[in-house]
Amino acid sequence: MRVERDLRRVIGDGESLPDGEVEGLDDADLLELYRQLVLLRTYDERSLVYHRQGRIGTYAIFWNHEAMQVGAVYALSDDDWIFPSYRESAIGLLRGMPAATVLSWWRGHPAGWWNPADYNVASICVPIGTHVPHAAGLAWGKKLRGESACAVAFFGDGATSEGSFHEGANFAGVLKAPLVLFCNNNQWAISTPLELQTAAETLADKAVGYGIPAARVDGADVLAVYEATREAVARARAGEGPTFIEAVTYRAAPHATADDPSVYIDPARVEEERRRECVGRFEGYLRRRGLLPDELREQVTGEAAQLMREAIAAAEAEPDPDPELVFAHAYAAPPASFDHDLAELRRVLADG
Amino acid sequence: MGELTLVEAINDALHHELARDPNVLVMGEDVGLVGGVFRATAGLRETFGEDRCIDTPLAEAGILGTAVGLCMAGWRPVCEMQYDAFSYPCLDQLINHVGRYRWRSGGKMEFPITVRMPYGGGVRAPELHDDSPEAYYVHTPGVKVAIPSTPADAKGLLAAAIRDPDPVVIFEPKLHYRTMRGSVPDGEYVVPLGRARVAREGSDVTVVAYGAMVPLAEQAASALAGEASVEVLDLRTLKPLDEDALLASVAKTGRVVVVQEAPRTCGYAAEVAAILAEKAILDLHGPVLRVTGYDVPYPYWKLEDAYMPSVARVADAVRRLLAF
Ligand SMILES: Cc1ncc(C[n+]2csc(CCOP(=O)(O)OP(=O)(O)O)c2C)c(N)n1
Ligand SMILES: [Mg+2]
Repeated sequence: MRVERDLRRVIGDGESLPDGEVEGLDDADLLELYRQLVLLRTYDERSLVYHRQGRIGTYAIFWNHEAMQVGAVYALSDDDWIFPSYRESAIGLLRGMPAATVLSWWRGHPAGWWNPADYNVASICVPIGTHVPHAAGLAWGKKLRGESACAVAFFGDGATSEGSFHEGANFAGVLKAPLVLFCNNNQWAISTPLELQTAAETLADKAVGYGIPAARVDGADVLAVYEATREAVARARAGEGPTFIEAVTYRAAPHATADDPSVYIDPARVEEERRRECVGRFEGYLRRRGLLPDELREQVTGEAAQLMREAIAAAEAEPDPDPELVFAHAYAAPPASFDHDLAELRRVLADG
Repeated sequence: MGELTLVEAINDALHHELARDPNVLVMGEDVGLVGGVFRATAGLRETFGEDRCIDTPLAEAGILGTAVGLCMAGWRPVCEMQYDAFSYPCLDQLINHVGRYRWRSGGKMEFPITVRMPYGGGVRAPELHDDSPEAYYVHTPGVKVAIPSTPADAKGLLAAAIRDPDPVVIFEPKLHYRTMRGSVPDGEYVVPLGRARVAREGSDVTVVAYGAMVPLAEQAASALAGEASVEVLDLRTLKPLDEDALLASVAKTGRVVVVQEAPRTCGYAAEVAAILAEKAILDLHGPVLRVTGYDVPYPYWKLEDAYMPSVARVADAVRRLLAF
């Protein structure tokens, strides 16, 4: 099985490393990728502010992970399914999900529920790696039905240590499920560095044992991510089964709002990584091609900021959920005891 | 006696137990370098070295499974599961091996594993950081379970668990990790497993609780002052259960409300009610009432106050029982 160890790159550094090009992407595509990057970046940066203001709860920051999410999803068609972890909480925005829905999820409000089939975006997976078999199952199920849709599962470097990851990958390999296993290797699992997670030379090597080809890409290069995912999707649609993509990046922000990485990450390294973050790098690429005048940049950022202002307003306009919702939706036909429980709860709440 | 928070008391116990027995080691996700996401294991690596406070790969089945082998090599592993709901991958190891291995060796080999984990809700956390999974664990033969409600008990029960020859799972009420302070005996301190504690004496009704529900039961008792004399019995250990303490309290009050945060069906409160039906029927003046979480997934946090047993719900149950 083919494992590419070298990191794929398209975006140069504006100096010695030249820019490449992705066949089939025109200027409109490049600007759409940019718009999506800015949308996710703005979502993330505003969320951190909202958290500090007490308007959302604990939040898993995805700063410098946008290129992986945007690049991969851009290679999909709308029929393809996305299985996000908490690190990709806002990935539904790329499929037209209202930002207010995702904000509501982080606000602990049931308005954060969505029907996965509305967007072909599964619910955010909080336990590590347990959604990988779901994605394998969806992909397999589509194949059984003779449909052309495939699935992408997003998970981290730490997730490759969990049994669920291995079982899902193996199923996909055996069943030739049209699945893209997309590993966001940001080199940390909370405070645990990659070298304590695996003795393998690369995470891509893990795919070999399951008969799955693998590629490694620069996770801060939206074009390289797009290109690698497009190839994986083409393989999937051609009936050749799953592909593993290891996108190498760096978690240049805390794990989540409750985390203080200064205890375990070298701040100089973080600074260095922040200087080569993914949105700025793509801006450089567009500028070098004369595609990003300042007015356009301002317009795109302004639109994203406006979208977030409206989204937080919409999320905050949701009335507090009625206690009735505690008992809703766990069963198609709730047991009779729920009526009694709710009546009693209402009586106690009214007395209190 | 020092004044410690609940999580500081756990940390204190770990320091004393690692110092006392060179075979004790701590393992889990993020326990070493950063000292645990809740700081329960802070300072252990600095004091006892990297081999006795180990950052493991991210795999709960791997943590508990390797702990079994570590026992065979003579170690006494203390495993941290980072959160309640994230412990579930370890259940295969727990049920099929941890709880059975001693038995399969004809009692010849010991598996002195301690598993500790933060549990419970009320902390405004994202999904799946709120579960009360004790029933799954208590249901497993060969495994003991303790749940402290105070800093002193958190220290003493953990020490007892580490010294116990059998596997013990400790659930730590994360809601009170940092918000509850209490006096904790200095130095080595052991609270024996299997002994309940009368948290508050009373004569009309016994409220049976454990973990985070104990302070809630005490508040309910205060709220009922003048109306009813409420005894609060803190079970401290769910298995082995201190039946003597339970039956003694019921013999005195004749009325029992059991409080648990977990969903109701087949929860620990059902076990308490069954034991009372078997052994105290003639002492009871009314039904054993349960105040519990509901039989639904733990809700998103804007709804968690409606889900969690509250002072009002406990007081309501006590009043209904008195009026029976
Ligand atoms: C089964 C399980 N165990 C532990 C956790 C707690 N936890 C949340 S995030 C995390 C680290 C995950 O690291 P990685 O897979 O690299 O993803 P990243 O957060 O870096 O995107 C851990 C241990 C969890 N959510 N689920
Ligand atoms: Mg990671």
